[in-house]
This record gives sequence, structure tokens and C-alpha cells, in this order.
Amino acid sequence: MEKNINVTLKIWRQAGPKAKGEFVTYKMDNVSTDSSFLEMLDVLNEKLIKQRKEPIAFDHDCREGICGMCSLYINGHPHGMDGETTTCQLHMRRFKDGETITVEPWRSAAFPVIKDLMVDRGAFDKIIQAGGYVSVNTGGVPDGNAIPISKVVADEAMDAASCIGCGACVAACKNGSAMLFVAAKVSQMALLPQGKVEASHRAKVMVAKMDELGFGNCTNTGACEAECPKAISISHIARLNREFLSAKFKD
Amino acid sequence: MWLIDSSIGRKFIMSITGVFMVLFLLFHSLMNIVVIISPEGYNMICEFLGANWYAVAGTGVLATGFVIHILYALLLTFQNMRARGAVKYALKKSQKEVDWASRNMLVLGAIVLGFLVLHLYNFWYKMQFVELTGLGDVNKAADGAYWVARLFSNWVYCVIYIIWLVALWLHLTHGVWSALQTLGLNNKTWLPRVKVIANIVSTIVILMFMSIPVYYLLGCGA
Repeated sequence: MEKNINVTLKIWRQAGPKAKGEFVTYKMDNVSTDSSFLEMLDVLNEKLIKQRKEPIAFDHDCREGICGMCSLYINGHPHGMDGETTTCQLHMRRFKDGETITVEPWRSAAFPVIKDLMVDRGAFDKIIQAGGYVSVNTGGVPDGNAIPISKVVADEAMDAASCIGCGACVAACKNGSAMLFVAAKVSQMALLPQGKVEASHRAKVMVAKMDELGFGNCTNTGACEAECPKAISISHIARLNREFLSAKFKD
Repeated sequence: MWLIDSSIGRKFIMSITGVFMVLFLLFHSLMNIVVIISPEGYNMICEFLGANWYAVAGTGVLATGFVIHILYALLLTFQNMRARGAVKYALKKSQKEVDWASRNMLVLGAIVLGFLVLHLYNFWYKMQFVELTGLGDVNKAADGAYWVARLFSNWVYCVIYIIWLVALWLHLTHGVWSALQTLGLNNKTWLPRVKVIANIVSTIVILMFMSIPVYYLLGCGA
């Protein structure tokens, strides 16, 4: 049932990477409970533009939970308080009339704020560049059935591959660790025959890059898994540890 | 050196030293409950260990493991605080899936360490230390049952030790499974099982330890 609610927004505003940020409060009246959280922010931005004020910068793209672009730390949780959803899948019906909603950017030394609620997640791209790929032989297309992969392994690899690289794991982690992201990216390949060739090299260089970029050390709290919009399991972190340690012991 | 330079290497050190200390606790607690069953038997163990070369060597290795565990804990915590960034969240809610102990391992570790100093003063200083240096009452150095009974005749010490063991139990409930996870000995099927096993192991260890102050607190040892 659609109805309209009034909410108060406490939003982090920061003019640039070096600028000092602060919370600014906005009143939003008559917000449809059918609108999404990002649509509500769009409406607020339109109002700000009409008042000739600077609109709020926030990341978004596909708005259907698959691109990994949206972020936002809403009311103490990355991607809001709902489990297994991204911010773009969060709707205003989840909020009460008169509620104050606190909206912050991802906080992590490795994710510096660019502007307002937008952070630079380029560190994730650098980790992928370091080793998140497989080498493919050119030539004829190999027969798909020539490489048998069990259903269990295929499912596990697919679960890892569902990581959208949004950075909620880093945002949620008390240690600012990117282990869940790196574990998912290593696992999706380490499980499959195509990824086995470079497996030990991949684990080493991706972990080295992660450490270099200033992410923290994993302490297995499991906050990442709890907040992950794709519910990636921390069992992938165990696999990454295994891959990394066995690669180091082989050296 | 990857054991220092890489995050997983540092965690590897934490887990290895941790597992080592859990094994020690298992041995220590098994030894301790003998004092309830037979004080004479307990003193035989004390005599057997005492300041013999293997006990001294074991103490040395244990102390080294302990120091490494603490130093790495401080290093990791410092790095993690830096990685979190300078600006803190204004509103942060914890997830119901996340155990309180897992977020407070350093605090719990500090509590355990604080009481450990007291514990070393209560027993080690009066037993192995006396045997090694000859300072103090050498005749009572291997009379473990005497020291246990003497300390726990005071109910305050019983309560202090019980509080200490609760902190240690919380530390272990996260530490044991976390160590296995860091060593990579885990997967989706085994994750819940490993947690249950870790809880059983830490509970058994702590119950064995705790039975002694409780035994004296109830007046059974008087």
C-alpha cells in the first residue's frame, strides 16, 4: 500500500578529497514509500538544483543490484539494513514516518572520499589488474565437454563470481580488510581448471597488491559476509588463505 | 619475509602461536583437575615437571610463543586501525551474525594477560622460579597442591580466577575456529562444524580449569 512519509536525512557533505566534510540535515516531506532510496535522493537533488545549490554526489548505475556501483552507509549498515540487497534495491517502505536517516560514504583508508558520498574504489581495480585474470590460448574454440567440472565445484565458483565488487565488505569490516573481495576473485578462478594454471601466482600478487594499497588484516569477524549484498561466504577466505599459504610454502 | 610483509603471513603467525597455546591450555587443564582427584598425584606431576630441563625448555618456548602472539596482535591491531581511516562512522551498528568476542579480541587478550601476570606470581614465582633460583621456600616449590589450596582458601581469588577464565573462554571461542580459518582448514560444509568443535574444545578446557576454583569455593577442598 502506497503512502507518503516524512523523513529527516543526515547526509555527509564533502566538497572534495582534501576538504573537511560535515553532516548536513535535509527534510524530505511526502516521500512515497514505493520509491527507492536512490529515487528519494534524486528528488532531493532536483530540489537542491532548483534552489541553485550543489546536488549530493553519490555513485549509482544499473539500479538493479548487479553493477556494484552504488554504495552508501545507511543507518549504520553498508547498503542499508536489509540483507542481501544493494542500496539501489532499498525502498522507502523500510523506513518509518518521521525517521532520521544517517547517510555516510564508505569509510576506509583505501577508499578515499572523492566528493560527498562518492568514494574512490579504484583500489579494487588495481587488485584485479594484479592477477585477477586467466591466460587463454588463441586458436579454435575448445569443446566445452572436454573439461568436465562437477556441479558442486561449478556452483561454488559461481557463488564466488557473484561478487559485484561494491566494497561493502571493506566498509563493514572493523579492520578495513578487503579479504572477502580478494577471496571471491581468487576463488572464482582457483576452483576451475582454466584458473589452475596461474593459481599460486594469482594468490600471491593479489594479496600483495591488497596489502600494498592499505587494506587491513582479516580477523574473521564475519561482518563482511553479513553485509555482503551477494552473501559471499567467508569460506572463500579460507580458500584464499589455503591458496596463499601453499603457494608460499612451495617457494 | 612474507611472514611479516603479508597480511596472511602475519595472520599465519597469529594462528600458529594461538593453536600452540590452545594445546598448552589443554595439557595444563588436564594436569590441573588431578588436584581435585588426588592432591598427591598432582604433586607428583609438579615434581615431575619442576625445574627439569624439559619443563624449563617448554616454559621458554611457551613464553616465546606468547610474546610473539602479543606483539603480532598489537601490530595487526595498529595496522587495522590505520586501514579503517581517520574518519569514523557517525552511526555504526553491529551485525547480529558477528560475535561480540570476535570484535573484542584485543581487549579480551589484555584481560587474559593482566590476570596471567597475577597467576604467574601466585604459582610460577613460588614453584619453578624458586627451584631455578633457590630463592624462597625450596621445600614447598613442588608442593603444588599446597599452593592451590592456600590460594583458593580465599574466596576473592576464586572469583578473580573465574572472571579470568570467562574472559579466556570468550577469547578462545573466537580464537580456535579463527586460527583454523586462517590456516585455510575450512570450507563451506566445515565452517559451522569447525565453529561447533572450537566451542566444545574451548568450553571443555575452561570447565576443567574452572572446576578447581569452584571446588574450593564450595568448600569441598577445605
